[in-house]
Amino acid sequence: MPDAATLERLVGALKASDAESVIDTVESPGRVAIEVRPESIVGSLEVLRAAGYEFLASVHGLDYYPNEPRLGVDYELLSRQACDRVALTLRVSSEDPHLPSVTPAWPCANNQEREAYDMFGLIFDGHPDLRRILMPEDYEGYPQRRDFPIGGEPVLFTHNEHNVPRWFE
Amino acid sequence: MSTVDPAARELSAYRKMEESVTISETTEFEGDRELLTLNLGPHHPATHGVLRLLVTLDGEVIRRLQPIFGYLHTGIEKTAEQKSYWKAIPVVERMDYVSYYFNAMAYCGAVEALLEVEIPKRAQYLRVIHLELNRIMSHLVFLGTSALDLGAISVWWYCFRERETLLDLFEMSSGQRMHTRYFQIGGVIEDIPEGWIEQVRKFCAIMPERADTYGDLLNKNEIFLQRQRDVCPLPVEKLREYGVTGPLLRAAGDPWDLRKTMPYSSYEDFDFQIPVGTKGDNYDRFQVRLAEVKESIKIIVQALDNLPDGPTITEDRKIALPPRHELATSMEALIHHFKLVTEGMRVPAGEAYYAIEGARGELGCFVRSDGSSKPARVHMRDPSLVNLQAAPAATEGWLIADMLATVAMFDPIIGGVDR
Repeated sequence: MPDAATLERLVGALKASDAESVIDTVESPGRVAIEVRPESIVGSLEVLRAAGYEFLASVHGLDYYPNEPRLGVDYELLSRQACDRVALTLRVSSEDPHLPSVTPAWPCANNQEREAYDMFGLIFDGHPDLRRILMPEDYEGYPQRRDFPIGGEPVLFTHNEHNVPRWFE
Repeated sequence: MSTVDPAARELSAYRKMEESVTISETTEFEGDRELLTLNLGPHHPATHGVLRLLVTLDGEVIRRLQPIFGYLHTGIEKTAEQKSYWKAIPVVERMDYVSYYFNAMAYCGAVEALLEVEIPKRAQYLRVIHLELNRIMSHLVFLGTSALDLGAISVWWYCFRERETLLDLFEMSSGQRMHTRYFQIGGVIEDIPEGWIEQVRKFCAIMPERADTYGDLLNKNEIFLQRQRDVCPLPVEKLREYGVTGPLLRAAGDPWDLRKTMPYSSYEDFDFQIPVGTKGDNYDRFQVRLAEVKESIKIIVQALDNLPDGPTITEDRKIALPPRHELATSMEALIHHFKLVTEGMRVPAGEAYYAIEGARGELGCFVRSDGSSKPARVHMRDPSLVNLQAAPAATEGWLIADMLATVAMFDPIIGGVDR
């Protein structure tokens, strides 16, 4: 995690490029995450890239149910010079889960953004190929959301398959 | 649930689209040349897992490659959310089923970061020994199966002989051949048994020579060389752009290894080299992994030589079970035991991302805790999923036979991709 001075410099740079981009900094033990507004995520990532955090290691989808705004995305950045990690997070509501895709600027986010769409229903505007990646194409619902039940799907046998809604339509 | 007449059923939009597709409509042209879209799989490209590839071909030349995932999706991350922290370890281990110690390490590391718990030195060393043995095992599976993909079947038999030895070592130290649940939050479950160190030393003495033998078997195989040398190279910049890490990145000449750059679990104590390639072609990808096997042996030998004494799991009773003998004499130990077994440990609210150098690259685990005894989110940054993003760029313009060799050299484990 960056030390206090570096963090202040990063937040300063983010605010300099877009005054309203930074909402908060969240510190956990050994980790710091800068919460930004969803609209400014692409610009914020560029600012951090210019500051040396040029490797987007990972993109995670999150669900903060029952808190609002409910859905979140977490971007893990790595600086290879400083051997240091910093995270950017953002929150969007489940009614309007739209946020800009970072895939055009960071091709490494492609599969993981698709995964976040698949599992949480986060819609990444501008993603070149936003389809389900792990679940079947015609699957309904977003299984990693916290209110999605487990064990909700009946096991198909030949004797009950016609009674199971939508199994072969 | 009511019975619905199948004939009266309305087709979903997706099924309508699927029914409307015919072969003639999918034909593409590039100038006057007809392109053929071919489906490969879903089946084992080797024993890597169930991968499906859509390839668009101009004759034998690949114009477009599209990997399709999801055939091994088992919802492990969702399952982990339903279990208390320590009961999630076995399911997390089953993600990338060839590198189970790495999965457990990434997950335990993330939870330990949230708990801010100190790991005893002996446990850290035991973890390193098992991680490196696992790395050798994983590279042996890679070597055997990718040689098998290229028709060199005898290497596979040799590699799996050494792999058996390793699995026997795992069974001796942790009771299981695979998915051992040896790593716990706070340390390892128990100390190594008597005689295990000697067995590992025996293995370490023989393995470098065996690795040379496997190198010779393939390095003097003209067919293997022709299918590997200068085939499907990718430069470092391209690999970084696609987020590729691990042996694939090192094969292109970038010596990035988290064990060196951001050491965890006492890796800073050991003296080892990072093998790198020069061209980033398939041959380098194979050579880098073969060289890594020998470096792992070096680490294991050093860890065995300097294995510190002491406890193998943290003494914090809120995290680790009390020793069995205390239960008969200490009421407090009994209460801790009962609380841990029934409810599990409570982890302070927060988020952690813990990344280690897995056998295929950066294996990161993201854990979000809401303060309860179950994780609110467990997400793996699996190197196979990210590395495969570079497969289209590496293979487009090459022959379909080169593509098969390259996918084998990418060494994706689909269990880790799909989770």
